[in-house]
Amino acid sequence: MSKHHITTTINNNPVEFLCEPHQPLLDVLRDELGMTGTKEGCGTGDCGSCSVTLDGRLVCSCLVLAVEAEGKTIQTIEGMAQGDHLHVLQRKFLEHAALQCGICTPGFLIAARALLERNANPTEEEVRFWLAGNLCRCTGYQKIIEAVLDAAKEIRGA
Amino acid sequence: MSVLRYETPATVEAAAALLASASGPARVLAGGTDMLVQMRSGRVKPELLVDVKHISEMTSLTQENGGWRIGAAVNCMALVENKAFASEWPGVIDGANLVGSVQVRGRATLGGNLCNASPAADSVPAMIAAGAVASVVGPNGRRDVPVEQINVGPGKTSLQKGELVASFFLPSRPAHSGDAYLRFTPRSEMDIAVVGAGVNLTLDAHGVCTAARVSLGAVAAQALFLPEAGQALVGTKVDEAALDALAASASAAAKPIDDKRGTKAFRIKVAGVLAKRAAIAALARAKGIN
Amino acid sequence: MLTKTMDPAKVLKVVGTSPVRPDGVPKVTGQAVYGADTILPGMIWGKILRSPHAHARIKSIDTSKAAALPGVKAIVTGADLPDHKFEYVGPERVAVNYWHMTRNILAREKVLYEGHAIAAVAATTPAIAQQALDLIHVDYEILPHVIDVDEAMKPGAPLLFEDMITRGIEPAPTTPSNIAKRLEFSVGDLAKGFAEADEVVEMSFTTAAVHQGYIEPHSCVARYGADGQCELWSASQGHFVVRAYTAKLLGMDIGSLLVHPAEIGGGFGGKTVVYVEPVAVALSKKSGLPVKIMMSREDVLKATGPTSGASMTVKIGVTKAGKIVAADSTFKFQAGAFPGSPVMNGAMCAYACYDIPNSRAVGYDVVSNRPKSAAYRAPGSPISAFGVESVLDILAKKIGMDPLELRYKNAVSAGSPTAWGPKHAHDGFKETIEALMKHPSYKIPLGKNQGRGVASGFWFNGGGESAATLHVNEDGSVVVATGSMDVGGSRASMALMAAETLGIPYDKVRSTVADTASIGYNHVTGGSRVTYATGIAVVQACNTVIEDMRGRAALTWDVSIDDVIWEDGHAKLVAGHAGDHAPLSLAAIAAKRAVTGGPIVAEAAVNAGGMAPGFSTQFYDVEVDPETGHTKILRVVAAQDVGRAIHHDYCEGQIQGGVVQGIGWALNEEYVYDKEGHLSNAGFLDYRIPVASDLPHIDVVMVEVPNPNHPFGAKGVGEVNIVPPMAAIANAIEQATGKRMTSLPMSPPKVLAAIDG
Repeated sequence: MSKHHITTTINNNPVEFLCEPHQPLLDVLRDELGMTGTKEGCGTGDCGSCSVTLDGRLVCSCLVLAVEAEGKTIQTIEGMAQGDHLHVLQRKFLEHAALQCGICTPGFLIAARALLERNANPTEEEVRFWLAGNLCRCTGYQKIIEAVLDAAKEIRGA
Repeated sequence: MSVLRYETPATVEAAAALLASASGPARVLAGGTDMLVQMRSGRVKPELLVDVKHISEMTSLTQENGGWRIGAAVNCMALVENKAFASEWPGVIDGANLVGSVQVRGRATLGGNLCNASPAADSVPAMIAAGAVASVVGPNGRRDVPVEQINVGPGKTSLQKGELVASFFLPSRPAHSGDAYLRFTPRSEMDIAVVGAGVNLTLDAHGVCTAARVSLGAVAAQALFLPEAGQALVGTKVDEAALDALAASASAAAKPIDDKRGTKAFRIKVAGVLAKRAAIAALARAKGIN
Repeated sequence: MLTKTMDPAKVLKVVGTSPVRPDGVPKVTGQAVYGADTILPGMIWGKILRSPHAHARIKSIDTSKAAALPGVKAIVTGADLPDHKFEYVGPERVAVNYWHMTRNILAREKVLYEGHAIAAVAATTPAIAQQALDLIHVDYEILPHVIDVDEAMKPGAPLLFEDMITRGIEPAPTTPSNIAKRLEFSVGDLAKGFAEADEVVEMSFTTAAVHQGYIEPHSCVARYGADGQCELWSASQGHFVVRAYTAKLLGMDIGSLLVHPAEIGGGFGGKTVVYVEPVAVALSKKSGLPVKIMMSREDVLKATGPTSGASMTVKIGVTKAGKIVAADSTFKFQAGAFPGSPVMNGAMCAYACYDIPNSRAVGYDVVSNRPKSAAYRAPGSPISAFGVESVLDILAKKIGMDPLELRYKNAVSAGSPTAWGPKHAHDGFKETIEALMKHPSYKIPLGKNQGRGVASGFWFNGGGESAATLHVNEDGSVVVATGSMDVGGSRASMALMAAETLGIPYDKVRSTVADTASIGYNHVTGGSRVTYATGIAVVQACNTVIEDMRGRAALTWDVSIDDVIWEDGHAKLVAGHAGDHAPLSLAAIAAKRAVTGGPIVAEAAVNAGGMAPGFSTQFYDVEVDPETGHTKILRVVAAQDVGRAIHHDYCEGQIQGGVVQGIGWALNEEYVYDKEGHLSNAGFLDYRIPVASDLPHIDVVMVEVPNPNHPFGAKGVGEVNIVPPMAAIANAIEQATGKRMTSLPMSPPKVLAAIDG
């Protein structure tokens, strides 16, 4: 079986890779491109740990075939900080102790950023429903919600 | 996984031709949120994937003749974000907004939700209640099919080999109309409907219901269109008695199974409860109260 | 030198604050390396073939076609691992049997559950490995299976082990069964006790198996060298235990295996055992290449230990004045395919909150054709608490007493007896009840279809073996290394304790987890033991370093060491000393280390005793939709005695996390098997853990009754919070609906059926 040659933009960098049609984008990110910040928790779109944005849309990378990334722009957790300058959400997650084991954290950060870029003034309920596609087993979600609301506050204030 | 071909046709006709001429199992790839899961589990082993997201007809959402033409590969988030559509068809939006999670909705489409033919699909009862008509394209040209005739059983559609749904048409809305979709799930999100109910109704200037369409999901082999249940509302002011009649009709029509998500008895009872609650929500929207 | 025990008068500068943890930035930037993130040059991919049948004899395994597939580099089956003597090793409550363990890793004579591992392949791509699995032919003789614990105990039930004779019964039974063990804890005189009771309630309950639900599947990478030395990167709760089990299962010397602690994506007890590690090592040994194995979510649910489901009967008697006078319960726990459910814990913890003069708890450990159970957050205690705390609620109603009041009247404190022998050594339980009684939310009035329920819980907490090393760097910063895997922020807590003890700022302390070749033995991160036991070791190491630095200052000043004190991170002359020297900072002493004795290092190793148990009391307000049976949690207040919160926010986070796991256990989580013994819900769609939109605020009250045996008074925090939720929610549903739910989960169809009668 011959591989497809895919040209894409990941975290604002041009990236090319080879892949087979059946390979999910998640597997290519992790196993071909060494970008292991995006995690596999279930592989079936039920946990959100593999969240990335695809042309600005929040998606599960386990539900996107790598071949579908042709010509698209992808943002992963590795692109969230600018050098050693953390994104406000990353800072707030640390300040609010919004992570314990941290495996769900990249997915939550990508998802939360997608929310705040659309709506910088969400209610708590809106935050909880937006993030319902991201599972966390350690925190009970409370500190995550608090971190996102605090980040929103800072974004509005800035 | 063995040999898999991936194609990105530019027109619906080209897509239909690829599907028609495939020698092995071929599938349309729209959002892929069901397809990829089925491929991973081995339930589906396609040899050809026809990616329809490069076909502008299938990814457009436009007004047409006072109604709406929704491309079958428009993703749920794009639908939800279209304010004009959402204000006219909030019930369809209720359904689209409940598919999976925000991540899933960023990819999932009404076409895929329908043609995957899960009896519990969230957008289907609302689309049936809305009176949506599918534009089906195949080797023999185009035909219009009411959405309630597409699904014939779990995982089975009435589409012939080489056919695919290109778009949906929703007719123009009379004044004082409202629709709603409610579902029952154990969790508030990220769940598959144990029961789903879609109600679309129109009132006259005096608040009397002149038309109603009712559809139930997850309580039979496919989503049900219930003309009788709708009739229970027509000619009434959708008062308590009419709602009770609706609920009874809905429960009677439900033919569910016991499965890991709910028992038969539970589904029958809740079908009536949700049909009633969906009708109440649709009524409020028809009256302009939200 | 012994650890100084806690000085309650001392004002703490850093302990109790909430600084950012050392692994924080790596985790929010995606840089942290978890088990599946390890990439080694030349690495190949391992996959495991699993039984499609719930119970079958393995007649033959033919791997020849798979071996011939290009790209396949190694195949292993149970025959590739040495066998072990059948014996139970270690203290009874946590005994292991390597004969069972090796058969769970790779099946031999039989497969005992759907998902049981039979063979494994390593190949150059995951797709080839998967293809190879499909080419392995196993000839099975399918056998009848049994899933449910009560069914498995019936005479005539299909036997998993044809020679299993129940242990703990004298004289031993003559016929085999699926009952691995019977145990009993009794005190006092039951007949007399129940005779004194004014109200007696006896009720039966069932609970379903629930999985720990960590988001990270089990993963590891193994690299076995031609010299017989192997390195393993593994996501686990205890790399020393991984090393011990894996070496034993492979027949290797422990010293030949070096285990690196990868970051772990959740464990909750489920990652204190091995599954993929011995397989990866065996494949690496055969192929000569590094092998990565990552379980799929489906395999995690089918083939790794959930906690037991159970069937129990609880009988409790109280006087109308509210004294609990007698309790008698039987607990039957599913062990899964191999013995070892936490029924002993369940039996011991059942009444541990209360001073009950006459009690009996009988436990049965029962095998059935489902995955072997593994530890899950206070293993066993939440299960027996469901029954006991529900019955107490019913009794409180019968005698017209507030349910918190009933618990308070019978609450244990230091000196109270336990049912298993030693007396309670610590207070703390009463204080959690008081916290709730005083809480303003406890008085919030409730509306239609709403109810409030309370429950309490107990967990032993652990002590045990830990080692820690402290190095003072040339610039006065320090490294604290331990061997305790960090699941919830313990690196930060170790750094806080070290900073406090040394009197230096938190950001001068680097806190790491060392591999098995770089530090002494550390037992698992489990049992809520790390802040306690490893904390003691860290403080001990700090104190040794402090002694060392006092000595170096004395040398520098040419005074006696007795004239030197350590205060605020500096060596100082004692007050009133004749000589005049400015205090020497840690950095200054470090700079001069070469002339004062060389590197400044200390290691400490402890087998910590003196730990205090966990107590928690919680209430839940719920609203039940009477037409659908759906339960919404409106409000939660969880009080827990933490001794002293070393890192305030991480302690709170532990309590919130355990509460939410308890909510899932109460309302929706369960294993659903079909008639063939296949798991119907092997994914996160239908194995329903709570999502953010399901939950309200979790209000936490951290009561602090310090444990004097810990330098800062800490008690284990992680586990007891999962013990009360299920009964508390059942009690709340009863108040909301008038119906008593006796079966977990209390999912909507079951609640609606109860409401509709």
